[in-house]
Amino acid sequence: MNLLTIVGALPLLAAIIIGLLPKGNNELIKRVALGATSVITIASIFLATGFDKAQTAFQFVQSISWISAFKINFAVGIDGISLVLILLSTILVPIVVLATWNDSDTGRWSSKTFYMLILILETMMIGVFAATDLFLFYVFFEAMLIPVYFLIGGFGSGEKSAAAVKFLLYSLFGGLLMLASIIGIYVIAGNQIGATFDLTQLATLQIDSTTENLLFLGFFIAFAIKAPLVPFHTWLPDAAKSATPGTSVLLLGVLDKVGTYGMIRFCIALFPDASKTFTPLIIVLSVVSILYGAFMAIGQRNIKGLIAFTSISHFGFITMGIFAMTSQGMSGATLYMVNHGFSTAALFLIAGWMIKRRNSSTISDFGGLQRITPLMAWSFFIAGMSSLALPGLSSFVSEFLVLVGTYTRYPVAAIVGTLGIVLAALYILIPIQKALHGPTAPGNESLTDLNLREKIAIAPVIAVIIAMGFYPKPVLDLINPTAQRVVTTAGFTDPAAKVVK
Amino acid sequence: MLVAPTLNYSLLSPMLIILGGALITVLIEAFVGLAHRAVIQLTITIGSISLSLVQLWGIRDKFSTKAAVGSVVIDKAGIFLQGTTLILALIAVLLIADQENFVSKASAIPGSSEEAQAINSGDKQTEIFPLFLFAVAGMMLFPVASDLITLFVALEVFSLPLYLLAGLSRRRRLLSQEAALKYFLLGAYSSAFFLFGSAFLYGYSGTVSITGISKAIAAGAGNDVFIMLGIIFVSVGLLFKVSAVPFHSWTPDVYQGAPTPITGFMAACTKVAAFGALLRIFYVGLSGVYTEWRPIITTIAIITMIFGSVVAIAQRDIKRMLAYSSIAHAGFLLSGIVALNKDGLAASLFYLFAYGVATIAAFGIISLIRDSAGEVTDLNQWVGLGKRSPLIATVFSFLLLSFAGIPLTGGFVGKFAIFSAAYKTGNIGLVVVGVLSSAIAAFFYIRVIIMMFFTDPGHDAVSVVIPTVRSRIAISGAVVISIALGLAPSFLLNTATTFANFIK
Repeated sequence: MNLLTIVGALPLLAAIIIGLLPKGNNELIKRVALGATSVITIASIFLATGFDKAQTAFQFVQSISWISAFKINFAVGIDGISLVLILLSTILVPIVVLATWNDSDTGRWSSKTFYMLILILETMMIGVFAATDLFLFYVFFEAMLIPVYFLIGGFGSGEKSAAAVKFLLYSLFGGLLMLASIIGIYVIAGNQIGATFDLTQLATLQIDSTTENLLFLGFFIAFAIKAPLVPFHTWLPDAAKSATPGTSVLLLGVLDKVGTYGMIRFCIALFPDASKTFTPLIIVLSVVSILYGAFMAIGQRNIKGLIAFTSISHFGFITMGIFAMTSQGMSGATLYMVNHGFSTAALFLIAGWMIKRRNSSTISDFGGLQRITPLMAWSFFIAGMSSLALPGLSSFVSEFLVLVGTYTRYPVAAIVGTLGIVLAALYILIPIQKALHGPTAPGNESLTDLNLREKIAIAPVIAVIIAMGFYPKPVLDLINPTAQRVVTTAGFTDPAAKVVK
Repeated sequence: MLVAPTLNYSLLSPMLIILGGALITVLIEAFVGLAHRAVIQLTITIGSISLSLVQLWGIRDKFSTKAAVGSVVIDKAGIFLQGTTLILALIAVLLIADQENFVSKASAIPGSSEEAQAINSGDKQTEIFPLFLFAVAGMMLFPVASDLITLFVALEVFSLPLYLLAGLSRRRRLLSQEAALKYFLLGAYSSAFFLFGSAFLYGYSGTVSITGISKAIAAGAGNDVFIMLGIIFVSVGLLFKVSAVPFHSWTPDVYQGAPTPITGFMAACTKVAAFGALLRIFYVGLSGVYTEWRPIITTIAIITMIFGSVVAIAQRDIKRMLAYSSIAHAGFLLSGIVALNKDGLAASLFYLFAYGVATIAAFGIISLIRDSAGEVTDLNQWVGLGKRSPLIATVFSFLLLSFAGIPLTGGFVGKFAIFSAAYKTGNIGLVVVGVLSSAIAAFFYIRVIIMMFFTDPGHDAVSVVIPTVRSRIAISGAVVISIALGLAPSFLLNTATTFANFIK
């Protein structure tokens, strides 16, 4: 058996085991879920140790015929980019389980259902990053909507079922456009090199430019909905406000990365010429997202809405880095995905604890937390600083790489994008000032600080944020060769540095 | 001197067994007392369907254009369609056997004392079994008929019993009778159109044989106006049966009024038979003039997909909603005809099977959801079903997701197959409209899931009756097949590809 397949199948196995446990015993179910997800984390780290950084081809490959009539294979394999995203997923899941220990108790359904959905989702997250067969990717891409839909609708709060439906319909719409493109590329492959869904082979197709542009758009719109770029973003704040903090972490931290990952893996790799054609438009959309997300974030009173809009701004940076088509931009964007995953996780988890304690999600209700619950406030502060890319914290490195990578090709976009950093200072510092400092808001006097479970859950996230700020090399070493390969195989070379006398 | 026609009995045996079974059940209706009638009828029905399946398996590699002189053609695709009809009928009959859904005495006026008396004395209308078998026999003949006259006879043989069956609902009888009458009248119209078209095709080619027509087209000797009119009118007759827009208006009323198990049977098997015949006529008979009919069918497919998906959104009744959904699916299936290639035929065969199985299971589940006054099809009363009957609600959600074409369901594989076949012949517009209307359709399927799972039940809650063993076998069998078609579609896809072959 292939180690990658085993890692991917483990969560499913755990979901089945939890399904067999007795229904009432929530504590047992939670412990099994925590144990299983931790084992999966260790297994994925073990997988990473066996990964050969020097190689840029897919590793741990396995291919089994699945639907032979269409030449569809269950084909998996990882390169540097997919590996770091798989690690991001498997590390975040046990943290989510531990951090939101009691969130599933008040849901519409039992805790058992909650953890089964989380674990099924984990299998699909690993699958979507590991798939090297286009059809298999699509299956994971669409099928993963269903557990998320039930997680939001069944365990969220507020307008949860409306938010869940909005999320599902937006994603399905994008997915179906992508399906039309997948059918197109499948048929073209059938005419040119014989029917296949193998990514490496599909990349060799010669497609006429009109068709290529249309096929590209089918993919790109699907991914731009997933990693929401303005104007496809409106589902995200609603979903993030309604979902439980844990679900939001997985949604913004991992699932939305499927969109940006897809842009790298499919849009650029399969349609390099169309990518070139649409780059100016996409760069503009990215810059608009950066600024729009930032301005909207400044205006938010709801803390979850704030985090959602900051994410839209960050996705703008990531997309800009990807479509700058420089190796620095590409590496930076990939690193950004990981860093954003961790800093958003920290923000959402802490915000979730704050909301649960205070029973309100309005930012101004949290005044004075710094004095009352110093540990919680400090954690939030660090996560917030990471989000605004303070040097020394993780996001700084990636944001810097993205801006440098973009500047070499699109200096204007990079300069305008830099404004986003200034705005980030506003949207993070104002809430921190309101929520953490200032006079104690009424009702906050008796709030309790983080308990042991919460400390254990948040500690690794904060540790990663700081460590990646000072020493991102191990992760960049994984990413760089693949990022370089993506850029060069798409036919781009990094612009030479200009020396001005 | 008259020469007796030569019949190839072994090739015809699957149909003859069903017809024989139907005749025996008529006799039983006359000679066996009420107490034992239903059981015997059911046994004979199941027996003849099973026997027919066994026979069909025996002749699976045989083919002949002269199975019954020149009127019946037995070929790979025909055998696959017959097999699909039989398997679907086998599942459907287990649900139909649940007499609870049928009127006790159809001749009694609704609400009369005669009716009350019939209910009290435990009367049963066991004629449903012979009617059912005749319908199945007609459906088996329809896709293998190779001349227009046989085609017309088969059309009537399966339609007439369905008109009657549609009117036999136990509750809301007036609605049911209205549906039956509407179905009958519109059906009669469409039959007339079909016959009219056949006359034109005869006028063009001088023959009623489908192969003969294709030869005449190849020779190009006939009058072009006749062939166009013939194509249009014959298509109208058949498109009525598959409920393509604008010939769909009977569908919602009949689906709603007919007894639910009959609706399931009709929705699944009529589509198989009628699409089988459409495929044969267009692939074998009219493929030579595809430039003439392809734009027409493409347009109808597009209108059908969009109309079915959009109008389904406004429905508040689950049976009506599934009726519009079946209209949308007819549009998807028409893409398989437009494709006009081997992939299109194979995809259509797969799609018909997958859709049929899921449809029968869905209507089987609907028949279980009741309140004190009987079956509840009003969606507003389905709220909170997920809380009280999680299993039923989950299974029903799965079937809805399959209709919506979410990956890992048979519906998705079918949709992919049929759209990629259509794309191959360059019908890209059809593919784009298809995926967009799938996106619209997803909305109303998902709304049902929301109602079942995310909305709190009101006071007038519905309950799920404990299904009989028969229904349980039928529904769980159909659901297992649906799940298998999503996870491992290879077997059926490969079979469909092998069987995707019409002989000319």
